[in-house]
Amino acid sequence: MINKILPKITFWRVVGVSIAIFGIYSIIERFVYGLGAVTNLSDEFPWGLWIGFDVVCGVGLAAGGFTISAVAHIFHIKKYEPLTRPAILTAFLGYAFVALGLIVDLGRWYNIWHPLIMWNPSSVMFEVAWCVMLYLTVLFLEFASYALEKFNFNKILKLIRKALIPIYILGIILSTLHQSSLGSLFLILPTKMYPLWYSQYLPYYFFFSAIAVGFSMIVFESYMSSRAFGHGLKFSLLSEISKITMVFLSIILAAKVIELIATDKIQYLFIPVTETYMFYLELIVGYIIPIFLLSNKELRTSRKWLYISSVFVISGFMLNRINVSITSIQRSAGVDYFPSAQEIGISIFIVTVGVWVFKLISNYFPVFEHEIEEGENDHAENVSVEGILANK
Amino acid sequence: MKSKKGILFDSVLCVGCGACYEACKTENDLGEIPEDYFKQRLSDKNFSVIEDYDGIYARKLCMHCAEPTCVSVCPVYAIEKKENGAVVYDADKCMGCRYCMQACPHNIPRYEWASNNPRIRKCTMCYENRTSKGLPTACAEACPAEATLYGDLDELKVIARKRIEENPDSYYPEIYGLDEAGGTNVLILASVPFEQLGYAPNLPKEGLPKLTKEALDKIPGVVTFGGLFLGGMYWLTKRKNEIAKEKLVKELDNNDK
Repeated sequence: MINKILPKITFWRVVGVSIAIFGIYSIIERFVYGLGAVTNLSDEFPWGLWIGFDVVCGVGLAAGGFTISAVAHIFHIKKYEPLTRPAILTAFLGYAFVALGLIVDLGRWYNIWHPLIMWNPSSVMFEVAWCVMLYLTVLFLEFASYALEKFNFNKILKLIRKALIPIYILGIILSTLHQSSLGSLFLILPTKMYPLWYSQYLPYYFFFSAIAVGFSMIVFESYMSSRAFGHGLKFSLLSEISKITMVFLSIILAAKVIELIATDKIQYLFIPVTETYMFYLELIVGYIIPIFLLSNKELRTSRKWLYISSVFVISGFMLNRINVSITSIQRSAGVDYFPSAQEIGISIFIVTVGVWVFKLISNYFPVFEHEIEEGENDHAENVSVEGILANK
Repeated sequence: MKSKKGILFDSVLCVGCGACYEACKTENDLGEIPEDYFKQRLSDKNFSVIEDYDGIYARKLCMHCAEPTCVSVCPVYAIEKKENGAVVYDADKCMGCRYCMQACPHNIPRYEWASNNPRIRKCTMCYENRTSKGLPTACAEACPAEATLYGDLDELKVIARKRIEENPDSYYPEIYGLDEAGGTNVLILASVPFEQLGYAPNLPKEGLPKLTKEALDKIPGVVTFGGLFLGGMYWLTKRKNEIAKEKLVKELDNNDK
C-alpha cells in the first residue's frame, strides 16, 4: 500500500522541488547579474517570454473574474453566483503573479511605482499600468469580502458590501480597458509585426478572446478542483457559459477571416513559412476545434469533452498571445529568439506557485463551496417559494 | 522660440574616415575606441556607427523624430523631445520596460543588458553639453568632409535639396527623413535607395503615435458608456427580479384565498 502511494507523491514532489530550486536560483541570478546574463533577449529582440507569456497571457487568462462578475452581479443572473468566487480568486492571483513576473522583467524594477507620479497619458503602457494597479485593488476588495466572511469580521464586511456594486462596475470597466489595451500595445508596430497578426482591430480581438478564455479557465479549474478535492461547480452552469465562449470565438474567427479578405492579406495564408503554419495552428487549436466541440450539444454537455474543449480554448489563446508578441516580431527583428532555460524556468516557477497558492486558498476559504445539487435550482428566476413565504 | 535643429548626413560626401565615430565615443565617454570601426554596430557603447556597404558609407544614429514613437510609448515620460528637437532619455525616471526599443521604427535604442541597473542608451544629439548651449554636435564638428552637418533643420533641408539639384547624377533623388514616420530631425542623402543602406523602409508618412492615440482616445467613452450601461443594467435586472418576486407573492396570496 505504502509502496503504491509513495513513488507517486515523491515523483511530483521531486518535480515541484526541482521547479522551485531552479526557479529561485534563476531569479537570484537575474537580480545579481542582470537581464543579459539569464535571458536570450537582445537589442534586436527586447521583449521575450516574460512579456509574451507571463504578462500578456497571464492577464488574459485571469479574465474570468470580470466576465462572471458582470453576468452574476450586474445582470443579476444569480445562478452564476457560485462561479464568481473561483473566478475572482483566479483573477486576483493571476494579476498578483503577473505583477511578480513584471518585476523580474523590468530592468529598473525598483522604479515600478513611477507611473503613479510620472504620467504619460499618450502611452498605452501607462494606461495598462494604471488599470492593472486599480483592478488589483478592486479584486482585493472583492476577494476580501469572501475572506472576511470566513473570519466573521462583520463590520468591515458590511462596509465593503455597501460599496460592492460600484466596485464590481469599476472592475468591469477597468478590465475592458486593459484587456483591449494589451492589444493596443502592438498597434504602434505596423512595420515590425508580420501582416497576419498586425491589425488595427487588435484591441477588439484581445478583448473578445479574453472574454472567451475567461469562461474556459473556470471550466478548466472546476474540473481540476473536482478531481483534486472532489468538489467543483455545477456542471450545467459550466456547460451554459461555454456557449458564450463559443459565440465569442466564432465572432473573432469570422472577423479575422473577413479582415484577411478585405485587406488583401489572404495571400499570406499561402506562403510556406513558419508564420503561416503558426497562424493556421492558432486558428485550428484555438478556434475551429473548440467551436466545433462546443457547438455540439452532446459534447458540450459531456464533462470530459467540455474539459477538453476548454483545454483547446486556453492553448489556442496562449498560442495567439505568443504569436502576436513573439512570432510576429521575429522576421523584422532578424534574429531567432528562443527563451533561455532561466526564462522558461522562472515562468514555470511563477505558474507553479500560483497554482499552489490557489490550491492552498481554496482549501481554507469558501471558494468552491457554493455547490448546488443537480436540478435543484435550474431555472433562470432566482425566486425561492420558501424564502418568500418566510419573509411574508 | 528656438528654431528646430537637425543633422544632415550625406553618404555621397562621406569618406569613411571614422572621425564622427571617434568624436561620439569621446564626447559620450563610451570607453576605448576600436580600430575596426566599420565593424561596430549600435550598442550601449556605440551611439553612432558608420556601416560600409561596398564602399558606400552609412551612418546610423538616433533619427530624433519630429513625433518620436519612443516618447509617446514611454509610460513614465523618461524620454523627452527637447525644444531644439533632440530626443533625450532620463534614466532616473525609467523603469526598464523597453517599450521604446520595441516601438522605435528605426530600431535605435540600445540597452545595457550586462548591467543590473540598466539604462537605455542612444544618441542624444549631444543635448546636455553641446546643442542646448548652441554648440554643434561632436560628430558634425569632427567631420572633415561636410558629410555630417548640424544646424537649423529648415536650412539643412535647403542644403540637401541644393546638393541633389547640383549633382543629380550622384544622388538618389530623395531625402530620407522628410516624412519617414512623420519626419525626423536627422536627414540623410545617398547615392542609392536608402533601404539598401539599412535604413528602415516602408515607414508610413504619418507619425506612429497617432496609431495608439486613436485607441486611447476611446477611453473616456468606454468609461462613461460602460458606467451608464452597467449601472442601468444593474438597476433594470434587479427591478425585473423584484417584479417577478412580487408577482409570485401575489399569485401565492390568491392561492391562499
